[in-house]
Amino acid sequence: MSEQGNEPMRELRKGCLEEQARAREVRLTIDNVPVAVAAGSTLLEAAQHAGVHVPTLCYLKERSAVASCRMCVVEVEGEQHPLPACATVARDGMRVVTHSEKLNAYRKLTLELIVSSKGAALASLACDTSADANACTSELSRLCHELEVEEPLEFAQVKEIPLVEGNPFLAYDPNLCIECQRCVGACNSAARNHSLQTRMRGSHVLIDAPFGQNWRETECESCGNCAQACPTGALSLRKRGRRALAEPEGRAGESAHTVRTTCPHCGVGCQLELEVRNGRIVSSKGAFGASNRGLLCVKGRSASFDFVSSPDRLTTPLVRNKETGELESSTWDEALRLVASRFSHLRDEYGGRSIAAFACSRSTNEDVYLFQKMARVALQTNNVDSCARV
Amino acid sequence: MGFLSQLSIAPRSAADAPLHSTVARFVRRVEAMPPGVCPVVAHASLLHAGAAQSCGKCVPCRDGLPRLAAKVDSIAACSSDENSLAECRQLAEMIRDTSDCAIGYEAATAFLDGLSQFAEEFESHVKLKSCEAGIGQSVPCETMCPAHVNAPGYIALVAEGRYAEAVNMVRKDNPFPTACAFVCEHPCEERCRRMLIDAPVNIRGIKRFAVDQAPADTVPAAPRGVDTARTVAVIGGGPSGLTCAYFLALMGHRVTVFEARRQLGGMMRYGIPAYRFPRERLDEDIRGILESGTITIRCEEKIDALRMREIADTYNAVYVAIGAQKGKTLAIPGADAQGVMSAVELLGAIGDEEYPDFTGKDVVVVGGGNVAMDCARTAVRAGAKTVSVAYRRRKEDMTALASEVEAAVAEGVEMMVLQAPDSIEVDEAGHCRALVCQPQYIGPVKRGRPSPVAADKPPLRIPADVILIAVGQDIDAAPFEECSMSTTWGRFDATDDLHALGGPPNVFVGGDCQTGPATVIRAIAAGKVAARNIDEYLGYHHVLACDVEAPPAHSNDRTPYGRVELVERLARERRSDFDDVELGMSFEEVRQECGRCLRCDCFGAGTTEGGRQQYE
Repeated sequence: MSEQGNEPMRELRKGCLEEQARAREVRLTIDNVPVAVAAGSTLLEAAQHAGVHVPTLCYLKERSAVASCRMCVVEVEGEQHPLPACATVARDGMRVVTHSEKLNAYRKLTLELIVSSKGAALASLACDTSADANACTSELSRLCHELEVEEPLEFAQVKEIPLVEGNPFLAYDPNLCIECQRCVGACNSAARNHSLQTRMRGSHVLIDAPFGQNWRETECESCGNCAQACPTGALSLRKRGRRALAEPEGRAGESAHTVRTTCPHCGVGCQLELEVRNGRIVSSKGAFGASNRGLLCVKGRSASFDFVSSPDRLTTPLVRNKETGELESSTWDEALRLVASRFSHLRDEYGGRSIAAFACSRSTNEDVYLFQKMARVALQTNNVDSCARV
Repeated sequence: MGFLSQLSIAPRSAADAPLHSTVARFVRRVEAMPPGVCPVVAHASLLHAGAAQSCGKCVPCRDGLPRLAAKVDSIAACSSDENSLAECRQLAEMIRDTSDCAIGYEAATAFLDGLSQFAEEFESHVKLKSCEAGIGQSVPCETMCPAHVNAPGYIALVAEGRYAEAVNMVRKDNPFPTACAFVCEHPCEERCRRMLIDAPVNIRGIKRFAVDQAPADTVPAAPRGVDTARTVAVIGGGPSGLTCAYFLALMGHRVTVFEARRQLGGMMRYGIPAYRFPRERLDEDIRGILESGTITIRCEEKIDALRMREIADTYNAVYVAIGAQKGKTLAIPGADAQGVMSAVELLGAIGDEEYPDFTGKDVVVVGGGNVAMDCARTAVRAGAKTVSVAYRRRKEDMTALASEVEAAVAEGVEMMVLQAPDSIEVDEAGHCRALVCQPQYIGPVKRGRPSPVAADKPPLRIPADVILIAVGQDIDAAPFEECSMSTTWGRFDATDDLHALGGPPNVFVGGDCQTGPATVIRAIAAGKVAARNIDEYLGYHHVLACDVEAPPAHSNDRTPYGRVELVERLARERRSDFDDVELGMSFEEVRQECGRCLRCDCFGAGTTEGGRQQYE
């Protein structure tokens, strides 16, 4: 390409880049509050940016935005009808109204339909609005509290559907399901397991939860991300049990709090929220960590806390008493000194090749690095391995 | 096979292909909606159909439509209170405004439209706990026919070969069996119950077979009543006026028909070309009518205001049925040039055997109705070099019957659609040279029809030696308005029993001049209603004998058949003469067609109290 030819090209490229930069941001107003958001943001994200609360139910960040509950419908100037904020991409110059008499009435009417779409069980779960919002047992009931939806008198479905509870970790109660499809998004779009689906039969839509007696034959890994996504408790962790679901804040007098921690099962470093009651972990939940973004595997979710309060759990090192042949409680210093002297003896007597070092798969990369370093430098062996085979 | 296929040509759901036939059935069932069905029930079923199409994703549609349908079911059953209407409206508005796709929002929109359109019916359900008067099923063909002709009855007579009796069965309600055999738009077939099984019975074709076997003037009319010495004047010798005259004469009244033109028949002679309805066949009906009693014909007597006053004073009653005879004009430059004439002018002259000669000429017809097709096909027969129809909408928007458009095209008429006449090019001698059109594109639907919008295209020049304007007809009501008869939009005002509003108290009015340009059968129906009500007005209550009875019904033949359609003579032959274009059914065809009739007079609602639209 000639020198002359480059100049206009450079100009063009510069223009393109400037245009792209401009295109990266859109400006709009939400309830007359001007906001600028990144291109591709939804109206819901713009509203959050503007500090405006828009009620949502089926929407779950990074899981599902199928816009099925229509709770978040907003009015956009120039549009013929309201649009769902969670699934509408913000455009320059939009003028959005999130609350009006009409929208509020639509939301309330829609939520009333949801609440009465099954039998009395769902209705009473949703409408336990006796106390304040913090006392609500589920996301659905919190929304009912917010929109002042009262317990319906008529229900669409009278007959109770049997529970699906063959799986030891997860259960599905269709009577509490509002078919919001958050679980479907969690299983398919987020966890990518593709084992939980909807059975589309029009108004008779159902969630096909693979938790029946044949759960072993399904592709389901029992990771429980579906249950974490569920706003009603229709999908629940069996480890957690219904009691914890029904009383999230615990009984009177119980102390309850959550603890953020790292999953101990492998080196990925998934972040957990542990729910602790009276000093006992009763449940775990995926937190939005850098490596797991809210997701957990079956071990991380259902096998990360039971052992903490197990009576079999070792809380001190044990050293065998040579005379009695029994294992006896000892201190770390004492125990490590014993181990070090025995390994040193074996190394000096038989050479480093007589020793192999085998690490646990639950170790982090850093731990395993240090472990092999110790094996090579201190134990003078190259026989190093780990049970991590994932 | 050793490899795992990625794609397959099998449909996603194996049921989708066979579902087509189920859908076709569904369509037929909806189209066969029996007249008299309660609109609330119809809307409930529309909502159920909407709910059945929900994919189940969104709450408004998935949960809202079944809920709304249940509420409307309850209104339909008259078991809801007055609040339920407001609740339904509220729910439907929510569904309309918040649904994600058309399955939801259109279902709600349709219901909301129905709620306004049938407001009285909905009110009646919640307030009076009953349907409005008139709701309730009856025999579909008989109900849909404006003159309520006993179609199942005459079909059964034709099936038995009793053609003369079939003609008289028609005549009981309609003295124009031949006219309706040739040119009726057959509303009787619109909701024919046979559609549930295959397609509507070809009722007009069967009638055509009957009048071909037993011409109307060979079939003795019903016995006439005793002379009453009461006089009735009928203004206008078209289908409506002659029908009225026929029934009044049968009752024994003395009727005088005043006709402005040379001959009787109105638009059947001066509007419908002979190739669709041969004159000699029209004359059969007219002769049959004139034999019914004391009918004096006074042709070429145009009635002005003075005469009208005299007539109203002289006669005991008057029926004004002057039709819509005045061709509408186009308000475009050059519209008054030589060679530009109205459809009414052209077809009117032909009625009196004054055939035009368009040999070697380019003819352009403006309009998209049946009259435009009549003009175009007449121009073809008059030797035109080219015949074009300029129409501002699309072919499918033409108000002409699809079969008429198809027949015109077959005869060589060019349909120049989406062309709005803009001006007429005139030569130095004042004669038209071309029609200049502004091309259009089809736009939004307004009042139920897609409307044309001017397109960004250059004007189109269509060479034209003759331009025929067929854009509708007006009523020449002025002389009657002078007698203080009241009109709206140029049409006479009348009560539902066709008593004229304003003007002398003994005047009735009906047909095209009261409804605006319509169909032969509607004009006939008006004549029949007027005759009955004039009889009552004169203080009588005549019962007209009909000595024909419908034969007993055979059980339904449930085998699906194709519908026998009437075919036309070869286009290349028929385009050069004015002879009848349509061929009737054969004996075996008419036998099969009659056998398809489900005899709704003998099965279903037709057997119940109020299930017939018949009177004596």
